[in-house]
Amino acid sequence: MRDFAQLLDGLVYTPSRNGKLTLIADYMRRTPDPDRGWALAALTGGLDLKTVKASAISDMIRQRVDPVLYEMSRDYVGDLAETVSLLWVKPDDEPDYQNTASRAGDDATVRLDAVVQQLSAGSRADAPARLAAILDHLDTSGRFAVLKLATGGLRVGISSRLAKTALAQAFNVPVDDIEESWHALAPPYAPLFDWLEGRSPRPDPAGVPFFRPFMLAHPLEDATVDLADYAAEWKWDGIRVQIVGTGGQTRLFSRAGDDITASFPDVAEAFDGHAVLDGELLVKGETQGADVHGGAAASFNALQQRLGRKTVSAKMLGDYPAFVRLYDILYDGEEDLRALPWHMRRARLEAYMPSLNSNRFDLSAVIEADDFAALEDIRAGARDAAIEGIMLKRRDSPYVAGRRTGLWYKWKRDPLTADCVMMYAQRGHGKRSSYYSDYTFGCWNEDGELLPVGKAYSGFTDEELKWLDRFVRGHTVNRFGPVREVEKTLVLEVAFDSIHESKRHKSGLAMRFPRIARIRRDKPAEEADQIATLRSMIA
Amino acid sequence: MPPTPHWIEPHPTGIYVRPADAWIDPAQPRDRALVTHGHADHARGGHGHVWATRETLAIMGLRYGTADGTPLAYDETFKLGDVAIRYVPAGHVLGSAQIVLEHAGERVVVTGDYKRRSDPTCPAFVPVPCDIFVTEATFGLPVFRHPDTDEEIDRLVGALHAHPDRCVLVGAYALGKAQRIICTLRARGHHDPIYIHGALEKMCALYEDFGVALGELRPAAGVAAKDMRGHVIVAPPSALNDRWSRRLPDPITAMASGWMRVRQRARQRNVELPLIISDHADWDELTATIREVAPSETWVTHGREEALVHWCAMRQMRARALAMVGREDEDDA
Repeated sequence: MRDFAQLLDGLVYTPSRNGKLTLIADYMRRTPDPDRGWALAALTGGLDLKTVKASAISDMIRQRVDPVLYEMSRDYVGDLAETVSLLWVKPDDEPDYQNTASRAGDDATVRLDAVVQQLSAGSRADAPARLAAILDHLDTSGRFAVLKLATGGLRVGISSRLAKTALAQAFNVPVDDIEESWHALAPPYAPLFDWLEGRSPRPDPAGVPFFRPFMLAHPLEDATVDLADYAAEWKWDGIRVQIVGTGGQTRLFSRAGDDITASFPDVAEAFDGHAVLDGELLVKGETQGADVHGGAAASFNALQQRLGRKTVSAKMLGDYPAFVRLYDILYDGEEDLRALPWHMRRARLEAYMPSLNSNRFDLSAVIEADDFAALEDIRAGARDAAIEGIMLKRRDSPYVAGRRTGLWYKWKRDPLTADCVMMYAQRGHGKRSSYYSDYTFGCWNEDGELLPVGKAYSGFTDEELKWLDRFVRGHTVNRFGPVREVEKTLVLEVAFDSIHESKRHKSGLAMRFPRIARIRRDKPAEEADQIATLRSMIA
Repeated sequence: MPPTPHWIEPHPTGIYVRPADAWIDPAQPRDRALVTHGHADHARGGHGHVWATRETLAIMGLRYGTADGTPLAYDETFKLGDVAIRYVPAGHVLGSAQIVLEHAGERVVVTGDYKRRSDPTCPAFVPVPCDIFVTEATFGLPVFRHPDTDEEIDRLVGALHAHPDRCVLVGAYALGKAQRIICTLRARGHHDPIYIHGALEKMCALYEDFGVALGELRPAAGVAAKDMRGHVIVAPPSALNDRWSRRLPDPITAMASGWMRVRQRARQRNVELPLIISDHADWDELTATIREVAPSETWVTHGREEALVHWCAMRQMRARALAMVGREDEDDA
C-alpha cells in the first residue's frame, strides 16, 4: 500500500506530464501482480469497488473525533478523504506531540490487493468497519489513498490515456497496442502484464473499437492567416467526440479518451459503419440560423443536460436529442487516412456522408470567404448560440495527435462582458481548497434588487485571488455552511461567451463560461449592470 | 472563577497593558511597545521605545534601522509602572519570547508565536502557569499535526541524493525557518555548502553573530547553474516560482511550512517536495500547552481560533477569540 500511496502523492505533487509518466512507468515496472493491476485500474477509472458513501465516512470519523472540530477541519481542508486521512486516530491513541511514534503509522502489513479484496467482499453494511480496520494500519498518505479508492475516483489529475501512455513507456510498446487490447481485459489485467513482460501473446480485442488521440488547435490570438492556405469552419459549442465503429460495435470517446457511449445511445445506435470520425456532439435546437450555418443546434446549455450521465431516460432522449456535426475522418474501414492532407480527408468525409443516418449526423460546413477581412466580418456577424467562433485548418495538414503549431487554429468570438456585484463566495476545491475562489455575482433588477446571474471561479491571477480571498474574509455579513455572503460593494467585470434563459438562477439568466475579467475596485456597486441589459445580450 | 482583569485590554491592533502604559506587539506605532519576536506582524517599525530580547532588538535593527530600545535577557524581571515583566523563551525563532506580566496578584502570559518542538536555533519554550494565557492558534485545527522534523529533513536529503543532476530549492521564511532548516541539515549530516538567496544573507549573518553555527553558506547570485547541481538552495517562499529561480538547474521545489500538511496548499504553490516543518505549535502542542499552564482563562489571538475556543469550551475551560488584525503566518505571506 505504501508504494501506491507514494505514487498518488507523487502524481499530486509532480507538475510535469513527463514527470507523471515516469512515476507511473516506474511503479508499473517494479510493483508485483496483482497490486499493479489494481493500481492501473484505479488510475484508468476501471476499479469498481462497493464504494462507501461519503456520509458513512463522515459518521465514522465523528465517532473518533469531536464532530464540531471535524466540521471545521473539513471546511478548511475542503476534501473529505484528505480531512479524514489527516484527522484519523486509532481509538486508543491519545495523540501526544512529544511522542510522534504513538501516532498511527504505516506498519507495512497492508497490500493494495488486500485492500481491494476487503473493500469488494462482504456486505455493504459493514464496509465502513472493514475500512476503519484498514485505516488503523496506515499513515496519512496511505489513509488518503484508501479513502480515495473507497469513495471512488482518485482525482489526481490523470486521464486514463495518460496511464496507458505511461504503461506503454514502461514496457516499450506502442500505446495504440494497449488501447487496442484494452477492451479485451478486466482488472487486475494479468494477461496484459503477461504480454508486456513477454510471457504470452497480446490479448486479442477481437474487433473492439478503440480511441485515437485527437488533433487539437492553438488559439489564433492576434495573428492572421492566408485563406489560400487555410480553410475556415465554424467552431461549434458542443463537446468534441470521436465515433469509432468496427462494423459490429460502435463507441463514442470524449476529448480525454473516456468512453461516453452509454451517455449517448441515440447517437451510438444510429451508427453501424466501419470508420473513425471526428466531430462535435450537439443537441438539436430550433431557433438557430439553420439556413446559414447548416442545421439547427441548441446552445451548450441544452447539451449540458445530457453530459455526465451513466444512463439516460427516454424523456432526456426526447427532450434533448443529440447529434454529431462531423468535420474529419481518420479511418475509412481499415484504411488509415490520418497522413492525408486535410482537403483530401475532407473529400473522403463528404463521400462518406451519404451512408450515414442524416437524423444523427451532419456535415460541418466550410465557410466561404474571399479573404481574411471578409472572414472577420462573418465571424463578428455570427450570433448562432451554438457557434463559439471559427476554426482555421491548414489545407495540406495531416491529422496529427495533439496541438501542433501552425496546423489548426481556433478563433473564438470576442467575449461579452458585464459589470456585476459579488454576492456570495465559497471555498474552491482542488488547488484552491483554502481560498474563497468561487464567486456568485448579481445584477440589478428594476426594483433595485440584486439577483444572482452567475458564478465564476477563474480569470483572476494568483495575486488577485489572494486579494479577493481577503476581501471575502473581511466583508462577510453572513455564513451559510461553507458559503459566505459578502457586503454588496465589490464590482467584478465578468466576461462570458454567451448568455441564455435559465431556471437555475432567480434572474432567469445563465452565462456560458463566465470568468472574472477584472476587479473593478473603482466602480460603485450601484453602477453595475441591470438585468435588462444582460437580457438584451441573449443571442 | 476570577473576572477578566481590567488592567489588560485586548484591542484589534494589540494588547494594551494599562498600568504599564505599554502595548504588546502593537500593529501601529506606539510610544511604549513590548515586542515578543522579530516577525513583521509582531514587530513593527516606528515605536518610541521598545522592550525586547537582545536578539529581537538586533533583528528589528536590521529591518527598521536602530531604534530606541531596552535589550532584555530571558528571565530578567523589570518593572513598568507597577507591572512586573519578564521575557521567557517561546521556542519560535531566535530571540522569541513569551511576555509574563504580573500585577495585582494576577499573572498573564502572552505567548506571541511559539512551538514546543526542539529547534537548534533558539532555546525551548518554557511553560509558565498563569491566570490568563494569551495564545496563538495558527495551526489550531486537529488536521495539523506536524511530523518529526528530522524525518522531514531526511526526505529533503533523500530527494537531493536521488537526483544528482538537479538541485533542491527550499522555500523558507528568511527569519527563523531558513536558519532552522540549515541547522537541522547540518545536524543530519549534510555538510556540503548550502546556497542562499540574497534576501537571507544578513539574517544568516546575524544568527551566526549570536552563536548559531550554520556551516558553509554561499550566495546563489552569480553562480553558474551547473555548479549548483546536487546542492541545497534556500530562498524566501516568494522566490520559489519567481524569475529568480529560473536560472537554477532543474530545481525540485520544496517548501518548509506547517501548511504543507494540506496537499492542496502545496499544489497551490507548485511545490514538488512539501516539508511539514513549522515554527508554530501544532494542534497537539497547543492543547497540551493549555493543559500544562492551566489558566483560568485562555485568549486566542490569531489563527484558527474558533476550533481552539471550542476545544476549551468542551473541557469547561474559559476561552475567547480576540480577532487581532494583521496577523498572518509568515509562511503564508
